[in-house]
Amino acid sequence: MPYIPHTPNEVEEMLRVIGAESIDDLFDEIPQELRIDLEKSTGLNPIPLGKSEMAVQRQLSEKAMLDGTPLCFAGGGAYEHHIPAALWELATRGEFYSAYTPYQAEASQGTLQVIYEFQSMIANLTAMDVSNASLYDGASGLAEAVLMAVRANRKAKSKRILMPESVSPVYRQVVETIVKNQGITLELIAIDQTTGTINREHAQQQLHNDAAFAALVIPQPNYFGSLEEVHQLTDWAYKQGALVIAQVNPTALALLAAPGNWGENGADIAVGEAQPLGIPLSSGGPYIGFIACKQKLVRQLPGRIVGRTVDLDDKPGFTLTLQAREQHIRRSKATSNICTNQGLLATAVTLYLSFLGTDGLQKVAASCVANTQKLIALLEKSPEIKFPFGKTVFHEFVVQLDVSVDSVLERLAEEDIVGGINLSQQQVASQSVDANKNQLLICVTETKTEEELRFFSETLIAICSEISSLSNSEGELS
Amino acid sequence: MSDIPQELKYTASHEWVRIEDDGTLTVGITEHAQALLGDMVFVELPDVGDDFEAEQDCAVLESVKAASDIYCPIEGQIVAVNEELEDAPEQINVNAYHEGWIFRIQPVNADHIDELMGPDEYAELVESESH
Amino acid sequence: MSKRIIEQNAETLIFELSDQNRRSSSLAPDIDINDACNNLPEHLQRKKKLQLPQVGELQVVRHYTRLSQKNFSIDTHFYPLGSCTMKYNPRVCNTQAQLAGFTSRHPMAHSSMSQGVMSCMFDLQNMLMEATGMKQVSLTPMAGAQGEFAGIAMIRAYHDHNKELQPDKEPERSEIIVPDAAHGTNPATAVMSGYKVKEIPTNDQGDIDIDALEKMIGPQTAGIMLTNPSTLGVFERKIKLIADMIHKAGGLLYYDGANLNAILGKVKPGDMGFDVIHMNLHKTFSTPHGGGGPGSGPIGVSERLQPFVPVPIVGRNEQGYYWITEKQLPLSIGRLSAWMGNVGILLRAYIYALLLGRNGMVRVADFATLNANYLLKRLMEADFEMAFPERRASNEFILTLRKEAKEYGTTAMDFAKRLLDYGYHAPTTYFPLLVPECFLIEPTETESRDDLDAFVETLIKIRDEAEQSPNLLKDAPFELPVRRLDDVKAARELDLNFYYSKC
Repeated sequence: MPYIPHTPNEVEEMLRVIGAESIDDLFDEIPQELRIDLEKSTGLNPIPLGKSEMAVQRQLSEKAMLDGTPLCFAGGGAYEHHIPAALWELATRGEFYSAYTPYQAEASQGTLQVIYEFQSMIANLTAMDVSNASLYDGASGLAEAVLMAVRANRKAKSKRILMPESVSPVYRQVVETIVKNQGITLELIAIDQTTGTINREHAQQQLHNDAAFAALVIPQPNYFGSLEEVHQLTDWAYKQGALVIAQVNPTALALLAAPGNWGENGADIAVGEAQPLGIPLSSGGPYIGFIACKQKLVRQLPGRIVGRTVDLDDKPGFTLTLQAREQHIRRSKATSNICTNQGLLATAVTLYLSFLGTDGLQKVAASCVANTQKLIALLEKSPEIKFPFGKTVFHEFVVQLDVSVDSVLERLAEEDIVGGINLSQQQVASQSVDANKNQLLICVTETKTEEELRFFSETLIAICSEISSLSNSEGELS
Repeated sequence: MSDIPQELKYTASHEWVRIEDDGTLTVGITEHAQALLGDMVFVELPDVGDDFEAEQDCAVLESVKAASDIYCPIEGQIVAVNEELEDAPEQINVNAYHEGWIFRIQPVNADHIDELMGPDEYAELVESESH
Repeated sequence: MSKRIIEQNAETLIFELSDQNRRSSSLAPDIDINDACNNLPEHLQRKKKLQLPQVGELQVVRHYTRLSQKNFSIDTHFYPLGSCTMKYNPRVCNTQAQLAGFTSRHPMAHSSMSQGVMSCMFDLQNMLMEATGMKQVSLTPMAGAQGEFAGIAMIRAYHDHNKELQPDKEPERSEIIVPDAAHGTNPATAVMSGYKVKEIPTNDQGDIDIDALEKMIGPQTAGIMLTNPSTLGVFERKIKLIADMIHKAGGLLYYDGANLNAILGKVKPGDMGFDVIHMNLHKTFSTPHGGGGPGSGPIGVSERLQPFVPVPIVGRNEQGYYWITEKQLPLSIGRLSAWMGNVGILLRAYIYALLLGRNGMVRVADFATLNANYLLKRLMEADFEMAFPERRASNEFILTLRKEAKEYGTTAMDFAKRLLDYGYHAPTTYFPLLVPECFLIEPTETESRDDLDAFVETLIKIRDEAEQSPNLLKDAPFELPVRRLDDVKAARELDLNFYYSKC
């Protein structure tokens, strides 16, 4: 029997010890009318019978092959980067993979030290004082940051959050889902149509509606790949008595100003998606959110936190700390209902940053920038392709086409290319991006070679003119 | 039997209350409560000037194993808080009735003080809860 | 007296192995960093020095391999950890979920390039629907707690919607009822959705106090959150009655799937009358615990809540598999993650479900229950005290060490720490909060009888030690990389970041 080691004799002896006739007797406290009748069609019949490992392997390999390994130019919060070969070999060692949450500290020093190192690396990367042990993902992490800011900014006594439209639309949707029943409102700030960044006049206007707001969210780089004026924005928010939530890409932080150094005072909370640091794309999960903050906000941090201390013999060791904030002790008064961190992914991120180091991460980031500019230069050759938000970007940029982005992406898919993200389709809750604008969000990382960049640009340009001439001739016909 | 000073008033949620000469009330947690909570690691104090209703939660004590709300014994305004607890929360463990005081409050209506428990009544409560 | 033979050295921190001048990595592209930086505005560039460790590849591999060896894990130790279902995580689930076609798929890839993974998700939705008796499953919640949140948010959306349709008839529903034995997440979740929590007592048999429930239910009741079998390790026998009482008052029933392993293939939460359930795939469907995540907490709903499920979910028509989003489900509570949750973990659960099949699922409950009841009986025969000796164990049961605490002055925590010395992960201690000095013990179906017997012998031996030399327990563990840690120092003198004191 799969994964069950009992022999028939053992089962018989065990039942004798229990004093039961059969295993079925052990379920005699469940009312008979509720029990599943396996003979009936209402039983479990639509679920197939168990298969052998070999059969399952074959089935899964076929499905995986169906999706292939296309050339990927999509980003939007999920980024393709090289992952060191040793990383997942180590992360999936049974001692990491099948370990429980480190509540028994003495039996979990491995996991605990890894998390302490993770926290230190995230804090250093963001230039913040403390980090937690990680959150589910970047989107839900932003929701936790919003909840945290409202708790922490007692002075403002406000539940309003200024949320620019340059934050990923799916992130905004997730935040909305998670915070809406707690009386928190998200006030949208429009983007400047020439730069794709926060429209500061509109932000200023939002102030006139109601004086106080708890926090301003600043994405860097933003959803369109553009760079926000983080120093000015942070200083502005600080003057209004608001906190600043920095929503950042960790790879970019190798080269871009760290949230702790934004403006005069620095951001208060830094949050983001750590997937670019060693986690495969995997259709969007499991990913890993990170959240870091200034020391004075540490008690408002949600989720697990590991601290360094000493044991009875004064020897250094690690343990979960500040647990009194958490749901298993605070119950209905907890800072969050979160129980878990993304332990295995936090291990992977720690390994990634250890393998690459300062120099390696800076080179990855620099290569992203350089490759992105190379592709921009190639695409600039086509007069049909425009850059509505300019070219000052990290590793993503928006292009405007003359033809429907959906049909372009479909044609690219036929060439085994994931061509990017259709912005007009994405912006469910936004006024900033007009559905008729045919805007495509493209991402380039260090994984792309010169040949691939050339191939992609040529294919994209060819497909655009092909579709355009097709629709022109259709227009002439009608 | 834990220490229950005769000159103080008490609440069912284990706060003690001392009536000061100026009519304000000093509030802390009892010896019994500190023993239950264990080693104190952090105290979240109210702000001076904050108004609270009776039985509203107004401070949080955090020990290694628990976080516990402190309830305001009476309606009133906070006039002082024990800022030393921010750096030395263990004062509550060391001396709950003196250095471990938490805040001082100006009651809206001093008559309500009579509704608080006396030491004998509180001793009975502690006794009954230990069973 | 147990003494450590080899003094285990603390593993240095990775930062202490670093030298900022070391350049040995072949893992990054060869590029001039300053050249690339010319494309970024000067004032937006990083000024503060980055201090990630600069360490050779072999040294990194050794450091983390050695750290891994300081862990207990299912692969190395028995984990009788109640309510956590620490069963074997089949390796094949990991290898197949890591096939390149799965790991390299971008979440926004065109659905024509995603039919493989979407078909897996569609099949998993259906298998989970079938196994739980629910009308629709959404796979997006990223952990049990998020599944819980989704469940209560749907209950709220349902009531809000009704109120909108019938503003005069529908009462203001503000309360969620939660048993006093419940996991702490339950009340925390109810509050996140804007509800007040009402705690309902449990009677001395471990069942819900029906009289107290009767008094608590009213037009203000939004719903009840239950675990069945409960966190006390027993099946709530009056579940049908409770469901009727709640439904009659217009409330809904939420099922916490923490103990689904006990009833897989035996009884369906849908048949018990639940309107919404969450499953912990890292328990019942054997996805890895990973040292504390990632979890995965899909939800299932009855017909009432179908319009409110979180999106996206996978649908199928003649053209193939497609995404069902807020366009088709305008009343959905929305999105919980940027895409569709922990797909890589869902794949592992899917592979596990394929390996088990319906016949294997029934066996999970059979043998999990057999192991729990056998262990309970053996420990009772050895004169350990059970919290509910009259009841059948589900997949877990509660042992109380209050007698030992009184006679020898050794707490459940002392027993737990001594168990570590003998190579057993401690059972869940001090949960549920109702039972003094308790162990919540869950052996799972994948442990052999010999392992269960050895565990019983060890507990007996530790009790003997408690009687003869209680300090062996109070000072335990002795054999692990560290002894008991100073939690007070950890919380008072926060050291959470290696660089913080050095900045």
